[in-house]
Amino acid sequence: MTSDLIVFLVLSLVAIAAALGMVFSRNAVYSALFLVLNFVTVAVFYLLLGAPFIAMSQITVYAGAIMVLFLFVIMLLGAESLAPSQALPWQKPLAFTLALVLVMEAVYLIISRARPGLAVTAPAASVNTMENLREMAMTLFNQYLLPFEVTSILLLVAMVGAIVLTKQEKGGQRP
Amino acid sequence: MISVDYYIVLSAILFVIGALGVLIRRNPLIIFMSIELMLNAANLAFVAFASVFKTFNGQIFVFFVIAVAAAEVAVGLALLVEIFKTKKNINIDEMNSLKG
Repeated sequence: MTSDLIVFLVLSLVAIAAALGMVFSRNAVYSALFLVLNFVTVAVFYLLLGAPFIAMSQITVYAGAIMVLFLFVIMLLGAESLAPSQALPWQKPLAFTLALVLVMEAVYLIISRARPGLAVTAPAASVNTMENLREMAMTLFNQYLLPFEVTSILLLVAMVGAIVLTKQEKGGQRP
Repeated sequence: MISVDYYIVLSAILFVIGALGVLIRRNPLIIFMSIELMLNAANLAFVAFASVFKTFNGQIFVFFVIAVAAAEVAVGLALLVEIFKTKKNINIDEMNSLKG
């Protein structure tokens, strides 16, 4: 067993445990914190895969901005723990069965079409240099310029939408 | 040096945990978090393949997915706050009418 494999297995154990903790926590604040742990673990995976820029984006945008927004809304709405209500009593067992079937199908497909030739090698030291980041920026701003601009419009629309949705009209009049 | 299949299996497991969270939880905030988990699992597969094929395309796609997820969360949470203001309750079982 190589050291790479040991690192991978320990990290994936942490990631899966954090994901399960997120789904099964009674308190939504704990769920959010478990999800932060999961995001940080995935960021370490990105570093192992030689994607330092994506790893840092993951930590600042996901673990930072998005999760702070989540925690803010959880505490604003007082939604830490809702009273359990089951409209469909058979939903939970059915969901577990379907999830088990889905994971078995996925793992079977992946293993039956395994490509052992495609191996993830340890990232070269050059991945962490400025040159690597420059190359990525060149790809982003040449080949993917249009999607980049469309993303900026999408962010603008989301910002305007969020403000319009939560805006209080003066005098309590709703549009 | 490990096979890319390990990363894809991990990604599949994380995705299924996210789908399970959407199915069994009744708190809309946790359903949102489960959707984030599923997006994250897909990102992991993208970066794993980008690393194998030594290309930036996968990483750039992940960059776009992160931006779209941020937009989605901003609008989704604004909607939840608005639903809470009108219904005083965010139980997902009671969100069954489009009329405010």
